[in-house]
Order: sequence, then structure tokens, then C-alpha cells
Amino acid sequence: MISNAIAVEGLKKRFDDVQALSGISFNVGKGELFGFLGPNGAGKTTTINVLTGLARADAGTVVIGGIDCTHKPRAAQHLVGIVPDESNLYPELTGFGNLCFCAALYGMSIKERKQRAQRLLADFGLSKAADRKFATYSKGMKRKLTVAAGIIHRPRILFLDEPTTGIDVASARGLRRLIAELNREGITIFLTTHYIEEAERLCDRIAFIVSGRIVKTDSVAHLLQPLKGRHILEITFSGARASIKQELSREFPGLDFELSKHGIIRVEAGEEIRVGPLVRFLEEQDAEVAEARKVRPSLEEVFIKVTGIEAEAMRAEKEKKGKGR
Amino acid sequence: MRRWRAFFAILAKDMRTYYLKPPNISWGIVFPLAWTAMFFLRSGSGLGSVPSLLPGVVSVAILFGTTSMLAVTVTFEKKNRSFQRLLLAPIPFELLMLAKTGGAILFGTANAFVPVIIAGFIVDLSGVVWIAFVPAVILIAMSSAFLGLFIAVAVSEVFEAQTFSNFFRFPMIFLCGLFFPITKLPVFIRPLSYAFPLTYGADVLHGAVQGEHELPYLLDFGALAAFCIVLFAASLWNIRRKWIL
Repeated sequence: MISNAIAVEGLKKRFDDVQALSGISFNVGKGELFGFLGPNGAGKTTTINVLTGLARADAGTVVIGGIDCTHKPRAAQHLVGIVPDESNLYPELTGFGNLCFCAALYGMSIKERKQRAQRLLADFGLSKAADRKFATYSKGMKRKLTVAAGIIHRPRILFLDEPTTGIDVASARGLRRLIAELNREGITIFLTTHYIEEAERLCDRIAFIVSGRIVKTDSVAHLLQPLKGRHILEITFSGARASIKQELSREFPGLDFELSKHGIIRVEAGEEIRVGPLVRFLEEQDAEVAEARKVRPSLEEVFIKVTGIEAEAMRAEKEKKGKGR
Repeated sequence: MRRWRAFFAILAKDMRTYYLKPPNISWGIVFPLAWTAMFFLRSGSGLGSVPSLLPGVVSVAILFGTTSMLAVTVTFEKKNRSFQRLLLAPIPFELLMLAKTGGAILFGTANAFVPVIIAGFIVDLSGVVWIAFVPAVILIAMSSAFLGLFIAVAVSEVFEAQTFSNFFRFPMIFLCGLFFPITKLPVFIRPLSYAFPLTYGADVLHGAVQGEHELPYLLDFGALAAFCIVLFAASLWNIRRKWIL
């Protein structure tokens, strides 16, 4: 039996008139890579803040690494590493200086902190930038160094809050590889993300959180199980009548239709979907079909079904927020 | 041992990053010098006025050296979120904040001795009771640093820290008996003077340099220590309440 690295029961947190967490409960097993997936404002960062002692819970219990942190939120800080959604390293220190300072905060000796910093800079491909000030780093380099700072003291549990947000594709891919490696080395990872494909690729188990409530928790394999053998088609069109969904359902009774606000109709079936008849029918109904594409069933479909939130809208909202910062 | 490593790392980083930067060092020298010169010229009574001016200049050098830097650095680190990294470190909160204020205390104490060294070249300081003077300087630096911390926690913007600091500093300078004896202040203002830590520090410094002090040393040191404890505890309470939501 896998024992728990994190055990949370009935966690509640309120900020003025906003109920940020409404009694959430979950467990994260030792060595597990656990994903916390949800839209902006769902309560992901608040959960991390409560678990790491940066915020106080109004109710509920928190046990981290076997230590009851319910009344002593900072009691397990020596066991955990935190990579926040925005870097909190010192812009005026060099990459090497930042890592050595973070190591010192965990009481490592001067020799040990220098060795560890050099090793991590090499592992994260930042050796050449070791003596440059953190302020001069690119976004990708900053994220990497922030992850390195989070694991400088060899934590048993690592909290990663939106680690790949706002960085380029190559850096994000490199970072995902590093996260997977850290998990293989035995570190329990609690990852929050709004990138569904990232969660699907990396995580063992995932919890969907919406408006401070966990709506579903399961392993990626189990979450995807209902989609096995399902076929999905997305048709982008314009100019159709409002009743088009009902008309389609009447004409094609074996297919499930879902109409989005953005002029996209999702078609789902347990067998191969024939595109031609659908497109012809839509055109007969005066609709102009722009695109029809088959979609690989993914966690995104599960997320949409469970939460009712469109992944695309969730991503767009987050990107907009990121640019605005 | 591990906790103390963290303590000294925070202290050393702050000293390197903030306090030992050339502009601050020059500020630490120029500011007390400017005050010394200003009061020296104002008094018009020649070199003989130096011992009477020294306690005031020393106090002002400490007050400005500690409150200016600390209030700004803590607010700045809070704003750019690097303070969060300290809050995540596994060291007792009290030790963390002592490390954070340690740099300001050392800087303020060092500032205090700039006018003393200058005065040493001008007048004979052999009569100074150093055993009272040095602890008073340290306690003034501590209470001023904790006042700076209190201010830093009360505001959210760097410019607010400066404005709020002046709200305390200027009344303190003029009402704590440094340059005008408290006995010569209007009666209704006097109670306010005794609400400032600097009043007690200035009294010890006057006693140590000129041999004239209004209150017993024990009361002065006790009051200074009490201010240190109250301001530090209030700051910690405020941080826990406002920054750990």
C-alpha cells in the first residue's frame, strides 16, 4: 500500500466574500506525480499556499510527510520545495548566488551549498549563465532556476505552481522532461496547471478543481477509460439556424452533438463518424462549413465533460492574464 | 546550527545587497556629517558645542540609517515576492525577522560612530561614559530598526514606506529632547515625547557625553528594551496577520 505524502481533508478558505476553497479533500501518495487542474481562480494557488504555510486554512486538516500541519502550517517546510507561479528569486543575485542563498536558508554548509548549486546549474543547462544576474535571464532560464532553487535542499515533496506558463515551447518541453526526471528520482510532485495536455502527459493522478471544489479525482488511465473506442469530430461552421443541434440529432440519431458558442459542433460516437453526410446536411441547412476535423479523445474531453469548462477558453484566459502582468 | 546558517545567510545577503552598496555607505557618512555641520554652524558657539550636539547627531544618524533602509528593503522584497522565499524557509519566524532587521541594526550602529569618530578629532572625548554610550547606541539602533520593520509591514508600496517613516521620524527628532530639552517643550506635548523610544536613548547619550540626564539609566534602558520588544512583537503579529493570509 502506498502511504500518503500529502493528506488533505475538508480544507476551506475564504477571502472576504470569495470562498476560495470549499472543503476540498485529496491524498497524494509517496512518489506520485499529482496534477491539480483547473481554470484561473479555481483555487489551485490558494491550495498550494495553504499546504506550504503561506496561507491559513479556515477549516480542515493538512498532513504533509506525516506531520500534522493543521495548526502549525510551517511545521513541514523542511520537507517541501516550492516553485511558485511567479519567480521569487532575487534579481540582484547571480544564478549561482541565488541557489547558494536558497541552500543556506535550509541550513546547508557552505561547501555543500556550492557543490549542490554547481550540480544543479549543470543539470539544468545553466552553467554558462551561473555568474549572470538573475534579472538578465530569459523567462525559460528563470523558470529553470526557480525549479532548481525549489529542489536545492533535496525535498521529499515538490509543489510546482503552473511551471510552464509564459515560457516558450522548447523551454516548456525541457522543463516537463526535468519534472518527469525528478519524479523518477522519487520526489513526490504536486503540480498545478491549466495545460490539460501537460497534466495528461506528466501526471499519475489528476484532480479537477473548479470554483474551489474538486469535481473529480482519478488516475489518468481511469479518466480516459470512458473515452476508449469513442470517436470525436469537430465541425466549424457559420450561418446555421439556432435549432441546428436538434435537427442534426433528428437526422443522425446514433451520434451525440454538442454545440459551442464559437460556432463549433462536436460530434461523438462509439463508431467511426462519416464526415461527408454531416457536412452535406449542414450545407443543406444553409450553414457554411469552414473545417471538419477528427479529434483524438484526450483528457481535454474528460475535463470538458466533467467541469463544463472549455479548455480553449481556460487557456486563453490564462494567457491573457500572463500578458497583462 | 542549521537555523543559524540561515540567519547569517540572510544577514550577509542583506548587508551585501543593500547596506554595503556605495550610495548607502556614502549616505551613512554624508548624512551625519551634514547634520553635524548644520547644528555646529547653527549653534555658533564654536568647538565647545560639539559634545552637546553629539548625542543628537548620533541619534539622528541611527534613526535615519535604520528606518530608511529597512522599511524600503522589506517593502521592496514583499512587492517582488522574494520575501515569500524567506517565509517558506524552515526557520522560526522570529529568527527570520531578526536576521532581516540585523542588517539595519548593524548599519545604524556603524552610522552612529561616524560622528563620534569625527568628533574625536575635534574635541576630547575621554570623559564619555562608553559603558552607557555603546549599549544605548545599540538599543537605539534596535528600536529604530524594529520601528522600520513596523512601518514596512504597515504599508504595501515603497513610496508609502518613506512617507510613513517621516510621519514618525520628524516629530521624534524634535520632540525627544535631542536638540531642545523636553523641559522646555509645552506641557501638553511632553507626554508625546515620552511615547518615543528615542527620548530614552537620547537621555542616555546626553548623560554619557555631558553627564546630564533627566531619567535614571535603568529606566532609560528598560524603556528602550520595552520598545524593542513591543515593536518587534507588533511587527511579527502584523506580518502573520497581513502576509500569511
